[in-house]
Parts: sequence; structure tokens; C-alpha cells
Amino acid sequence: MSTQTATGRFGRFGGRYVPETLVPALLELEEAYAAARADPTFDAEVARVLREFVGRPTTLTPARRLTEAWGGAEVWLKREDLAHTGAHKINNTVGQVLLARRMGKKRIIAETGAGQHGVATATACALFGLPCEVFMGALDVERQALNVFRMRALGAVVRPVESGSRTLKDAMNEAMRTWVSQVSDTHYVIGSAAGPHPYPTVVRDFQSIIGTELRTQAQAAFGKLPDAIVACVGGGSNAMGVLHPFIADAGVRLIGVEAGGHGLDSGQHGASLTLGTEGVLHGSRSLVLQDADGQIQEAHSISAGLDYPGVGPELAHLAKTGRMEVRTATDDEALAAFYEVARMEGILPALETSHAFARGRELARELGKGKYLVINCSGRGDKDVATISARGVPPAVGVKA
Amino acid sequence: MSGEIAKAFARAEARGEGALVAYAMAGDPDLPRSVDVFTALVEGGADIVEVGVAFSDPIADGPVIQGAAERALKAGSTLRRVLDEVVPEVRRRCPETPLVIMTYVNVIMAFGEERFAKLAKERGVAGAILPDLPPEESASLRATFDAAGVDLVPLCAPTTPPARAEAIAKDARGFVYCVSVAGVTGMRAQLPPDLSQRLDLVRRAASVPIVAGFGISTEEQARTLSAHADGVVVGSALVRAAHAEGPDAARALCANIKRGLKR
Repeated sequence: MSTQTATGRFGRFGGRYVPETLVPALLELEEAYAAARADPTFDAEVARVLREFVGRPTTLTPARRLTEAWGGAEVWLKREDLAHTGAHKINNTVGQVLLARRMGKKRIIAETGAGQHGVATATACALFGLPCEVFMGALDVERQALNVFRMRALGAVVRPVESGSRTLKDAMNEAMRTWVSQVSDTHYVIGSAAGPHPYPTVVRDFQSIIGTELRTQAQAAFGKLPDAIVACVGGGSNAMGVLHPFIADAGVRLIGVEAGGHGLDSGQHGASLTLGTEGVLHGSRSLVLQDADGQIQEAHSISAGLDYPGVGPELAHLAKTGRMEVRTATDDEALAAFYEVARMEGILPALETSHAFARGRELARELGKGKYLVINCSGRGDKDVATISARGVPPAVGVKA
Repeated sequence: MSGEIAKAFARAEARGEGALVAYAMAGDPDLPRSVDVFTALVEGGADIVEVGVAFSDPIADGPVIQGAAERALKAGSTLRRVLDEVVPEVRRRCPETPLVIMTYVNVIMAFGEERFAKLAKERGVAGAILPDLPPEESASLRATFDAAGVDLVPLCAPTTPPARAEAIAKDARGFVYCVSVAGVTGMRAQLPPDLSQRLDLVRRAASVPIVAGFGISTEEQARTLSAHADGVVVGSALVRAAHAEGPDAARALCANIKRGLKR
């Protein structure tokens, strides 16, 4: 199955719904991106930085104790948490900042939810010597203090956004407003596979290194492609990155896990693919959490990175056409998964990533023994320790307190 | 084409004035009192009224109109209620003044494009401005609006290359909304020095009147621009005046700007 990208449409989804002021910049970006991709020296430089600086390829780790405990498919983890800065976000920011430099842009702006994309953008800007401004919902600034410090330490300016729900969607609104007023010399690094064309394609392409590596690693590790790959879905960058290279492989099940928040019936969740309706948010037509009057609803998730009422247009297309299966995990399920992975595999996954793990057991069992399940371990959980520890820590196992 | 918009520009022209396109937010502070604000705009001299319909995520708007949208949503404003409770009453009070709905495309999509076009026409709406719907995405919606007789007014930006600006102007409905500054809505002390050249270019290509908007709040700015455009749009300054001091202040500001538009 192919996904149409020539016009920035994925089935009915995608497009470029932005103020006219931004259209010329998006056309310029589209053209510059195509030229960069046609230039082998650009790809070579991206590959070099990913190897020398980011530490790619990230490993594919067998999750032996989870495999045993879950009693089904063999479970393997694609370790994006081991990429420099602790999540997959750096794959895209290195690519986009190199592209911005090639386009002669003088400054970088970005939005961030959990702060991982902000940290990754600030990191790439430090590496290449470009000034960086990051817009972050004021609520996220409070709950992601570690990442706020990291961005500032890296020389970025963090701008708390007080409007609306004070989360990722509002940060994105403010980044777009700022971009409109500085568009001639500024590049906006979008971190999700969302936004106006060509961003969903650009972000997907830079993130596809995850799935491309996985193909080779799976062959080497177990002699075939995985039977199923699961990733968490907020805006969708890690999911697109790991899943996209497998779209044409009909034998590989692709599964996205959305934030169930307090439960799908609660009205407090981030399940845009599961419960969203068609609409336009942040420049593209996709599935959106909105009321009957077209007002965007506030999403909820314990994880700031999944706390978003929209989703990338290509994911909406993959979900609507059935190529990708969509499941959800609640806040509580994600928390339980966090400790399960911590204590059985020695990995503290990000809360976003914990949503993918939360569906691991049932998927492993559905697949059964002799099959291979890969979980995209999209980021590490250090940034979430305040949120998680505030709820108390379960007692240690096998040692007297 | 509604024709109503063209007549409003022609009337202003005949009086030797540039047209004032005045914006306020429906539902700010609530639906009935916003009717008084719209009426005050017309009493102050507005030739065309832009009826803002609030959207939760207004990416083209600065803090003043963002604040108005938040107040309007809290007051229960919806597109349906604006068409039912605001538009008919403003039409009754000011039958000669064309009304143009200004909102974001998602609000129209959620309502249903055809359903909106039909009902808007029925209620007496002359046109619509959707700042997040550039020409590439507007073909089907514009065809629907054309069929209903509602003008989809296009926007042209300072960053729009000349050839693209000319294409937008040639093919426009109602009027061309020339965004004066690269940025969001809101008052500016200074407008860009090359704005008049840009307006001249669009005006030469346009088949309909052109107006300059974004950043305009004073009589002096209106005077400067009226040599290069058929009118100006004033939004944030009116929204702020109405919010801070009520309809009288908005009326007075309209009258003020209207003086600047006398040729």
C-alpha cells in the first residue's frame, strides 16, 4: 500500500491550512527539502551526525524477562531511549536544523510538549551554533522541570505559553504566530509528524531511520521481519518513524497506542485516532478531538507528549484504512507498565513509551509463541520522575525495607 | 457574488471616502451585547462589518482578539447562535451594511460547508473571511460559496510573491484583504515602508476593491493608506475599545478613523 505524498495529502488527510503569510515559507521549505534530499552530501552529513553525535544505530534489545512473564511472542525493544538526549526526537531535529542552515535561516523556533523535542532542538542548535527559542505550555513547564532546565542549559530560551489549555496545542499555536512574524529568517522545527505540508513528510522521513535500522537488525537478530511493531501515538513522530518503512510489508502488523487518560468514557484522554473526528488543526486536516461546533477540546494524558488533541495526517490515513491498528492505554495502565519495564528489564521508559508497553502483554499473547513483537522504546523516563514519584513508589522486591 | 459588498464600496467612493471595514467579536461580552457593538460600528461610520466567530485555536490572531475569542466561547458563542441571534438583529438595525463572517476553516467544516453557505445567505451574510484557508485549499469551499452567493474573500500577505499576489487579486470575490504586516492581528505603531507599493500592485491586478488590514488603529494610518487602498480593516483596536469602555468607545474610534479616510 502506498501513501500519497506528492501533494501533501494522505488520502483525505493532510494539506496546508495556514495563513497566507506562511504559504511562501512552506513552499520554500518544500523545495529546499526536495533539493537537499536529491543532494547526496546532505544525506551523508545527516548520517554522519546521527552516527558520531546521536550514537546511531540504536540497539535492538531482547526483553527476555518480559517475554517470559507475558508468555507469548518474543519481545524485542528498539532502543530510541539510548539516542543522545534520551528519545527519538533528535533524529528529526538534527535533520531539520541542518536543512535550516542549508536554507540560510538565522534562527530556530520550536514547540514542545514533554520537552523532549525542545531539548532535542536546543541540542541541535547548540551543535550547529544557531539561536533557539522553544514555546512550551505553562502547565508542561511546571510538570517537566528537568527538560526546561536542560533547554536553558543548552542556551535556548523557553517561552511559557499561558493561553488555552497551557499545553502542547497552545505551544504550537504560539510558535506558529511567532513564525508568521519572523518567517523570512526563521525556521520552525516541528517535532510531530503533524502540521502543514511538507512537515508531516519531512518529520516522517527523518524519523524513518528508526524503522530502517529495525529492518536490518531484525533480520540479523531473528532472521525475519517482526510479526508486529507497536509504538505510542501522540502527534505521531516515533510511530511514523518506526512503522513507515514496514507499510508495504503486509505480514507485519502495525499498532499504535494512544493516551486513554482517565478512560475513553471520561472525556479526558488524548485518543484522536480512536474518538476524533475530521477537522483542521495546526495546518492539516486530520482526526481531531473537537466538539460539535468545531472547537478543539483539551486533551488529557499523564504524559505531556501524548497530551494533544490532534494527530499527524498520515497516521489518520493509516488508521482509517486499517493498515494500522489503534489501541489505547490509560494513565494507570501506563504507570503500571512503567514499573513493570523498570523492574523486569532495567529500563525506565518515558511515560509516553509506557503506553506502548501497556499493550505489550496482550499483543504478545495474541501473537503467540514463535512470533516476534517489537516495541518502540521511544524515550527514557528520567524527565517523568517527578510526575511518577508524586504518586508513590511501589515497595522493593525481595529486599527488606 | 453578493453585489452588496461592491455597492458598499461604491457608496463610500461616491462620498469621497475610503471604506471602513470594522471588526468585532460576536459574543463578546455576550451575544446580545455584541449586537450593540456591531450597531455602534455602523453608527460610527463602518461601511462593512466583519462578524468574528470565535475559534479555540486562532493562530492568525494576536492577544486582543484571542482574549475576545476566549470571552465569546465562555459566553456560549457558536457559529449557529451567531447566525441565529446576532446576524439577523444586526441586519434589522443596519440593513444597508454588508456583513462578512470572519472565522477559521474548522468552524465552517464542523458546521458543514454547504449548510453554512445556505444558512448564511438566508440570514443576510454577504461574505466570509477564513485566514487559515489559502488559495490551494479553497477551491471546493469557494465553489460552494459561489453557488450560494456568499463571497469568499481572499487574503494576500506581505510575503506573497508578486505573481501569486496578482493571481489572488484577479480571481478575488468581494474584496482583497491585504495583510499589511507579516504577523498576527493587533495594533502596530509602524506599518512597513513598502506597504503602499504592495497595495498598488494588488490594486492594479484586482477585479474588486482592495483593503489593508492588520495593525491599523489610528486616523493617521488610515489617511496614509487611503491613497493606496479602497479601504482599511480595523479589528483589534475596536475590540479593545469595546471591551474596555463599551460600544460608545468603538463608535467614537470608527468615526475617528473615518475622518482619516476622507479623500
